[in-house]
Amino acid sequence: MSYTGQGTATALIGAPATRPSRHAGAILLVGPLVLYMAVFYAAPVLAMLARSVLDPHLTLQNLVRLAGDEVFFHVFGNTLLTAVIVTLGTLLLGYPVALALSRMRGMAATVTLVVVLLPFWTSVLVRSYAWMVLLGRHGLINEALRGAALIDAPLRMLNTAFAVYVAMIHILLPYMILPIASVLRQVDPALPRAAASLGASPWGVFEQVVLPLSMPGVIAGTLLVFVLSLGFYITPALVGGPRDMMLSQLIAQQVDLLNWPYAACLSATLLAATLLLLLLCQSLPGVRGALRQSMR
Amino acid sequence: MNRPALLSAVVLVLLFLALPILLIIAVSFSSATYLTFPPPALGLRWYRAYFDSSGWLDATWLSLAVGTAVVVLATTLGTLAALGLGRLPRAARTAAAALILSPMIVPGIVVAIGVYYAYARYRLIGTPLGLVLAHTCLAVPFVVTSVAASLSNFDRRLEQAARSLGATPWGAFRQVTLPLIRSGVLVGALFAFITSFDELIVALFLSGSGAITLPRRMWDDLRFAIDPTIAAVSTLTIALTALLLGGAHVLRIRAGRTPRV
Repeated sequence: MSYTGQGTATALIGAPATRPSRHAGAILLVGPLVLYMAVFYAAPVLAMLARSVLDPHLTLQNLVRLAGDEVFFHVFGNTLLTAVIVTLGTLLLGYPVALALSRMRGMAATVTLVVVLLPFWTSVLVRSYAWMVLLGRHGLINEALRGAALIDAPLRMLNTAFAVYVAMIHILLPYMILPIASVLRQVDPALPRAAASLGASPWGVFEQVVLPLSMPGVIAGTLLVFVLSLGFYITPALVGGPRDMMLSQLIAQQVDLLNWPYAACLSATLLAATLLLLLLCQSLPGVRGALRQSMR
Repeated sequence: MNRPALLSAVVLVLLFLALPILLIIAVSFSSATYLTFPPPALGLRWYRAYFDSSGWLDATWLSLAVGTAVVVLATTLGTLAALGLGRLPRAARTAAAALILSPMIVPGIVVAIGVYYAYARYRLIGTPLGLVLAHTCLAVPFVVTSVAASLSNFDRRLEQAARSLGATPWGAFRQVTLPLIRSGVLVGALFAFITSFDELIVALFLSGSGAITLPRRMWDDLRFAIDPTIAAVSTLTIALTALLLGGAHVLRIRAGRTPRV
């Protein structure tokens, strides 16, 4: 290495001299965690997934059988339908809150943020339990409706698809609100004002200026909620009925029956759907940034 | 957009978000033997029921112990990795980050049955150790992202300056780097604890009959009866989580990083 000016500067601030040694240091720092996760997480998951094509020997039969399996199609279809409904629900309920949140200042903004984060800070189990209390046969909603003489017999809400949708929307709303709000916050407030001064109606300003600019956040939130919905287990198990089974529940059930090849095939399907969606949407402009922002 | 309409929509959604949780808290202070609302009178009987039950208390201690062990393991491994990640060559960094962050994306049930399948062979089912080992993997992404974020505000030349002034690598780290990334490490540690403390899906498979965590105990109870003891337990966990996460939030703002939005 010639002793150039840059070299002098490097030597002066005492940076490690050669590249390989710098990497050696980094590898020593990252190595323990990578090794840990390979042994206690990646290898176990991959070994389990491998049973889908290795049980009883190298074969595609398990996966082929999946393609003709009625239970799988019913459950997979229900999982997709639930994810779509929950995603639309959170978008519809979440967008106005994100819009308001991005415009608020001071106390109102803090209170709104705390309310949005409150469910975020409560475990999925506790939130599902709250909906069991609300929607049950002798739950609070039924008691209130009966008290008001609006119904004679209690409505059947718990252990239905409706209960799953409502509880999941409640649980996943923050994941929709936060990415949209973080994108809206970066929109230059002069833009909607300019549109209004050029004669756009309030709806026109929203539809032609604000909404298009918020799309990266909308896509990020939609993706996040959809992907998280696909893997839901606790909530449908507690508030749904046997007909509303989702993919995760079917996987758990098959493991209980010790039907590992089938459980592995189902897991591979769920994982593939998740990864595919993430890769697809990460390639859209602006979405990656919005996702990263909201993951913090 | 119509302002009053937007405002009332927002208030309704906020009520939808907050009410179920406030309701659990209200129910937990009820004196009634059965779930009713509004409670006929206020009382602490369900908290007494919780504190009188060795089953509930054992589960609580186990969850606290597992969470603490996870904090130690995940914060150590995660902080070291976050320090090294930025200095790896690009391809290695991408691969390592994909592995480390993947538990945030891989569905819980897939992780759960994967570790169940492997840990069973080493007789780790029903042991606190099995739970610690698996929960650490789930907690590590939060530590790494949190520390990496605080490192992105950190001027590496400060550490190099310390080295050139004669500090050992460890000395430079302890006296220069660590104080500057401390809030990131603390936030990561808090998230690691909560991840483990609230975790249920992996616990359902790894708890067996010998290591029943608090969420697992709640789950078992919910399958039979929704007795208000669970409301009391829920309220206590909400209070603990809110306290810790509120703390994390304050730390973040103090550290000059943008809060969640």
